[in-house]
Amino acid sequence: MKTWVYIDHFKGEAVPASWETIGAAKSLGSDVTAVILGTGVDALAKAAFEYGADEVVLADNSALEDFRVEAYANALSPLVTDAAPGLLLFPTTSRGRELAGMVAIDLNTGVLVDVIAMELDGDKVVATRPIYAGKLLQKTVCNASPQIITVRGRIFAKPEAEPGRSGTLTKVDVNVGDAPTTVEGYGESTGGVSLADAGVIVSGGRGVSNNPNLTPPDGMSDDEAEVWRAQQGFALITDLAGVLNAAVGASRAAVDANYIPYANQVGQTGKVVSPDLYIANGISGAIQHLAGMRNSKVIVAINKDPDAPIFKMARYGVVGDLHEIVPALTVAMKAKLGK
Amino acid sequence: MKIVVCVKQVPDSAANLVAENGVASWGDAPLVINPWDEYAVEAALNMGGDVTVVSMGDENAKEALKHALAMGCQEAILVSDPALANVDTQGAAKALAAAIEKIGDVKMAFFGRQAIDGDAGITPAQTARVLGWPALTFTASIAVDGDSVKVERSVEEGRQTVSANLPAVFSIVKDYGEPRYPSFMGIRKASKAEIPLWGLTDLGIEAPASVVEWPELNNPPAKDVSVEIIEGGSPTEIAEKLADKIMAEKIL
Ligand SMILES: Cc1cc2nc3c(=O)[nH]c(=O)nc-3n(C[C@H](O)[C@H](O)[C@H](O)COP(=O)(O)OP(=O)(O)OC[C@H]3O[C@@H](n4cnc5c(N)ncnc54)[C@H](O)[C@@H]3O)c2cc1C
Ligand SMILES: Nc1ncnc2c1ncn2[C@@H]1O[C@H](COP(=O)(O)O)[C@@H](O)[C@H]1O
Repeated sequence: MKTWVYIDHFKGEAVPASWETIGAAKSLGSDVTAVILGTGVDALAKAAFEYGADEVVLADNSALEDFRVEAYANALSPLVTDAAPGLLLFPTTSRGRELAGMVAIDLNTGVLVDVIAMELDGDKVVATRPIYAGKLLQKTVCNASPQIITVRGRIFAKPEAEPGRSGTLTKVDVNVGDAPTTVEGYGESTGGVSLADAGVIVSGGRGVSNNPNLTPPDGMSDDEAEVWRAQQGFALITDLAGVLNAAVGASRAAVDANYIPYANQVGQTGKVVSPDLYIANGISGAIQHLAGMRNSKVIVAINKDPDAPIFKMARYGVVGDLHEIVPALTVAMKAKLGK
Repeated sequence: MKIVVCVKQVPDSAANLVAENGVASWGDAPLVINPWDEYAVEAALNMGGDVTVVSMGDENAKEALKHALAMGCQEAILVSDPALANVDTQGAAKALAAAIEKIGDVKMAFFGRQAIDGDAGITPAQTARVLGWPALTFTASIAVDGDSVKVERSVEEGRQTVSANLPAVFSIVKDYGEPRYPSFMGIRKASKAEIPLWGLTDLGIEAPASVVEWPELNNPPAKDVSVEIIEGGSPTEIAEKLADKIMAEKIL
């Protein structure tokens, strides 16, 4: 089956899930055409070949400089109509989801969102997707063409890049038409490793503020003192994350108490993550938190309370004070990793 | 200014979901308004217009509508039709777009970022596409000036400022600010509200073809983890043992 893979990028930098999606498409046994939209994105074509694309369709257009979903859909839908692939894959990013959704409306077909497994039944892809934040798994199919699927990141292996590998590059003209939005500017990037792409996540919960040994500066209200304590606690977590090249996560309780921004929240109403290693510090393990991280390969829990539900999910646990264990773990890991 | 907010009724986020004979069951856990949609209602109410709340679903969905009425929405409409019972997101977008058009003169249509049952997160963008309106999704703040609007979007790579003209579709994220609680007066008013029901004939559309099917629903494979508690000695000794275990997993 002719398969197209959309290469999602932010300002010319591909998200790793784009390459994983090429791998996912190849695992279905089809030749892969990567489709790349943007301005000055030739380097992405080269990378797409190296990650396994057999063909690249590339549209370079100044109206595609900023990702605007309407503009991208206006460009992509006619290309897909003309080439008529049976399968169109996107990585599941917020851009990928929405672009897939709009193209599905344009082409009168459907989208299977955030898929974690695919198998072929003739020309039909039977996809598995987690629903209710992973509490259930749905098998789903799309009975129209193209079958549009967005593939969850960090599930399918990223193909080994073959330097110098190449294929057929087709540059196409697109008509972006009227795109109704203007991007006025970008805020400062949040920096650090993003939760979605992270192989390792170190998270903190309400327990991070619970260090009675610290004396907050004079004149703070109780709330301010709590946040101040939590910041000292999160500094320990950030140190460990630095050594492990990890992203920093948090429970909703920590976010709600203003210890850390919402962007760091893991869980059913935060980010759903699946790193290789998830270290939960001072997190009780409420069902909404577990829903966001249960698919992590190895879970480590550090918690004072031996009955905390998080231990039921964890491979390794330490019953103790995170303010003592986390800095000691940072030192130990630093030594083992030769840092 | 006429404003619409779309809300969905879903099982509580604390519900224990199990697949029973291929159907999702949440025991006696309550159905609630989708938590993301409370942020959408909050944003809609802050725009200072007449807010109509719309939900597509069965009779149960009236409870989500009443919650939004109790928060302060003026009117509620239940979009309900047997032919919409198992519709996919494309179908939902078409039905919601038709309802928005029937309400007429709508300048802003608010959505949550995702429904916590199906976890699709694409209905706002798809509804915008059907309407031909800009999709200002993942919005954390909104400034309206006449017919133009500027929003701050909260996306993976950080904040982004985007402008567009109304009418437009918005999806609202948590950064927008906490939703208000229903007031006592609001709850009383909502409990007495008459909620009109719009079927496909009222919407003036054919049953949208539902091309996505979900033939199977399963419980995730049981994770057989039994936790190994690392203990004995000082924090340094415990950390040393834990570090060895982590290294032995060969994932770093
Ligand atoms: C609609 C809805 C959506 C939600 N979505 C999410 C979500 O997306 N993500 C999420 O995380 N939650 C979510 N929640 C909240 C969830 O129910 C819990 O309230 C939250 O996860 C609790 O966070 P916590 O574990 O940090 O805090 P707590 O439950 O208060 O646990 C703190 C833990 O820290 C331990 N501790 C205290 N001091 C120390 C110390 N010094 N050293 C070690 N351990 C210590 C305690 O033993 C305890 O287990 C949601 C709730 C609702 C209603
Ligand atoms: N049946 C429905 N009725 C009303 N609004 C809905 C419905 N389904 C989805 N929505 C809206 O679309 C948003 C995203 O839903 P979804 O794409 O299903 O994750 C929700 O937060 C709601 O605002």
